[in-house]
Order: sequence, then structure tokens, then C-alpha cells
Amino acid sequence: MFSDFDFDAILRALPYLFRDGMSFTITLTLLSALGGLLLGTLIALARIGGGKLLAMVAAGYVNFMRALPLVLVIFWFYFLVPYLGQWLTGAPRPIKVGGFSSALLTFVMFEAAYFSEIMRGGIQSVARGQSSAALALGMTGGQSMRYIILPQVLRTMLPVLLTQTIVLFQDTSLVYVLSLTDFLGAASKIAQRDGRLVEMYCFAALVYFLICFLASQAVRRLQTRVAIIR
Amino acid sequence: MNASAPVIRMQHVSKWYNPHFQVLKDCSLDVTRGEVVVVCGPSGSGKSTLIKTVNALEPFQQGTISVDGIDLHGKGVNLPRLRARVGMVFQHFELFPHLSVLDNLDIAQRKVLGREREEARARSVALLKRVDLSAHAEKFPGQLSGGQQQRVAIARALAMDPVVMLFDEPTSALDPEMVSEVLDVMVQLAREGMTMMVVTHEMGFARKVAHRVVFMDQGEIVVDAPKEEFFGAVTNERARVFLSKILAH
Repeated sequence: MFSDFDFDAILRALPYLFRDGMSFTITLTLLSALGGLLLGTLIALARIGGGKLLAMVAAGYVNFMRALPLVLVIFWFYFLVPYLGQWLTGAPRPIKVGGFSSALLTFVMFEAAYFSEIMRGGIQSVARGQSSAALALGMTGGQSMRYIILPQVLRTMLPVLLTQTIVLFQDTSLVYVLSLTDFLGAASKIAQRDGRLVEMYCFAALVYFLICFLASQAVRRLQTRVAIIR
Repeated sequence: MNASAPVIRMQHVSKWYNPHFQVLKDCSLDVTRGEVVVVCGPSGSGKSTLIKTVNALEPFQQGTISVDGIDLHGKGVNLPRLRARVGMVFQHFELFPHLSVLDNLDIAQRKVLGREREEARARSVALLKRVDLSAHAEKFPGQLSGGQQQRVAIARALAMDPVVMLFDEPTSALDPEMVSEVLDVMVQLAREGMTMMVVTHEMGFARKVAHRVVFMDQGEIVVDAPKEEFFGAVTNERARVFLSKILAH
């Protein structure tokens, strides 16, 4: 099987794999992580200090999202969002949503559920005495959250958030179900076209492994550097 | 504002954690301007809860509390603004660990009082000097000893120019050798005429600077007496037992 392993096939495919594939994967990962963190933080805040109804809706959302397989959610959004857009804008026919926008929206919504749990845990562990101190100084609840609680939570939780982002980086490969060309999708296309399945999938695995492994090591190193001295 | 009106006036304050557990029972207490009131009592007697009702960190169900003439339960009362004028020092310091010592002192001055950066900084620097911590201005709280942290916490509260200072067991989380450096700062503050309500077991501090001593037990204010009377001839049996216990060692 390895007797005719063709390194040249990989070399020839490199520009396409990285310029098209990897740039897509990284863009999707970073935007999803950022959006997921923002939305997730809002959800966490809603669950903690948003009144009974809002807290219930937020909790329901998180539990619902976490109970569904990601692939299902990707499909679901892809087919649903055009109709949702039509209904929202009152357009005469389903609106056009590109594969990328649909995938991004899906990952933001999906990751928000996970990020919100991380943020919620962090807020609860920091908040008790610290928010008393902030309130006693005359800060409003919002100021206390913004200047005292969230900065500490973000620093404490940064390693966990980054680790979740590494998982997200791997999960973005599921966009193949929408025929989008991420890194794995690009490798797969070349593999089919050139009949170089072994080369391309081995190479893709190696690249995923290297990136994730190095990123994890970097997170570990970062962990000690950002830790708050207590 | 009437100068002789009490800074803190608590009248018939009661608080329940649940219908079967009452933590504060009909507590009434005045603290007048320039007065130092020490609150003591066995643990679980409700003294920490009592002091936290003063700046509304602990809600209460019955009675009234007014601070500097403002009713806590009054209509449209601006709690943040009211709290900004009430300094509080916590048992576990509660400095902000992600901010430097100076930034701990600056932040509420800037975000709450709206002071300019230079003005806040100047005030912070002066206060750090006063608690003898100028050398540690750029450090983070985690790099300081407990006694130093508590002195920073006192400076942080003073930076807001409070009309009254509340101390909730300020020395009970400290190693014994650090208690006096914190008490020294408090004694000096008292001698300068700061209005203070202090929950503590440090009877030496009470003897030195308190005007009145309040003894609490099981959520009730059992004794509220001038210092001389309290240490001289306290008639209440529970207070006597408590005093003999903490003065024994």
C-alpha cells in the first residue's frame, strides 16, 4: 500500500490545500470562537442575573444545543435559515444564505452553548466576595461585571476556552456535509481527483495532529503566564 | 443635613433567611458622627449580617435603616451612590487580584466618582503612603501579606471619601503577628474622628478607641453601652460570659 506513496502529489497540492482549505478552516474557527464567546457570555449572564424567565430560556437553549449532534445542527441551520430569513424579512421567497454564512451561524450558536457553561462556572467562582467588594465601592452590577468579574473570569478561563477552540478547530471539518471546502474538504477533493487517497488523508491527519498538538502545548505554557496571583 | 443626626440609624430591623430562621431580631442602633461603635458577640450571633445590612449588601425584611439621612428602603433610592459613601472592609480583604495595588485604589474613584486619572492617582498615592505601603504600589494583591492586603483594602475604602467606615471582622483572617499593623491604622483613623462601625473580637481595640460597645447574641442586640460601662460593670449575664471567654486568653 505504501510502495507507491507519492510525496510529489502532496507537494503539488500544497498551495491549494493551504490557500483555499486551511484559510477557510482557520477563518471559520476564529470567527466562530469569537462569536461563540460573545454569545456564550451573554447567555451565561442571562442565566445568572437575568431574571427567572430569561434564565429559563437561556438554560433551555444550552441544554437543547448540547443534546444535539453537531452534524444535525449544521444540516438543520442550512435548510432552515433561508426560510427563517424569509419569515423575518417578509421576502417573497426563501433568502439566499451562502454555505459559509450558514456554517458560521451554526458554529456560533452551537459553541455559544459550550462557552456559556465555561463562563458561567467562572463567573460563579469569582463572583461571591468580589462582587460584594465592587458593590460596596458603589459600582453598579454592570460595572462590577465589566471591570471586576469578567476580566478575572476571562483570564482564569482562557486555557479552557482555548482548549475548547482547539476542539472547534477539529469540528469545523464537519462542514463537508455542506460541500464546503475546508482543509479536509480540499484534501478530500484532491484525493478523489488524483486517486491519491492514502497520501492526502495521511497528510491531512498529520497536519491536524501537528496544529492541535502544538496549540495544546502553547495553551499549557500560557496557562502559567496568565494565571492571576492569589 | 443636621450635623447631630446619626450617620447610621437602624430601627427595629429584622431579617429572616427563611420563615423558620430569623437572623436579626428587632435590632435598633444609632451611630452618630465621629463615633466609634464596636459590635461583638459569639459567632453566628448575626453581627456580620447586621453590619452588611447598613450598605444593603444584605437585604432585610422589617424595620428601617437610614445612612446619612437616606432611607435604604426609600422610594427611588440610588443604592450605588449611597454605597459609594459607605466604606467597607471585609474579613477576607476582597482586593481585586487582577489589578495592581494602585489600580485597586483608582478604579472606583474613576468609574464611580468620575474622577480624572491624575486626581484619582494622586489620592491613591497619598492614601498608600498613609497606610505605609508606598513601596508596594505597583505590586499585585497576591504578592502582599495578609496584613498588607487589609491595609490596602482600608485605603481603597478611604479613597472614596466615605462618611462612615464599616469593618467586618477586619483582623480575624490574619496571622496573629499581622493583627496589630491593621489595628494601628484603624486606631489612627478613629482618633482622626472617622465615624466607624466595627465588628471585631479585639477588645483591646475597643478599650482604646470605642465610644460604645454593642453585644449581640442570637440575632439580638443584648447590650448597647458606653465603653466604660461595658468593660466596667456589664450586668448582662450572656455578655459577661462572652467577655470572660475572650478575655481569658
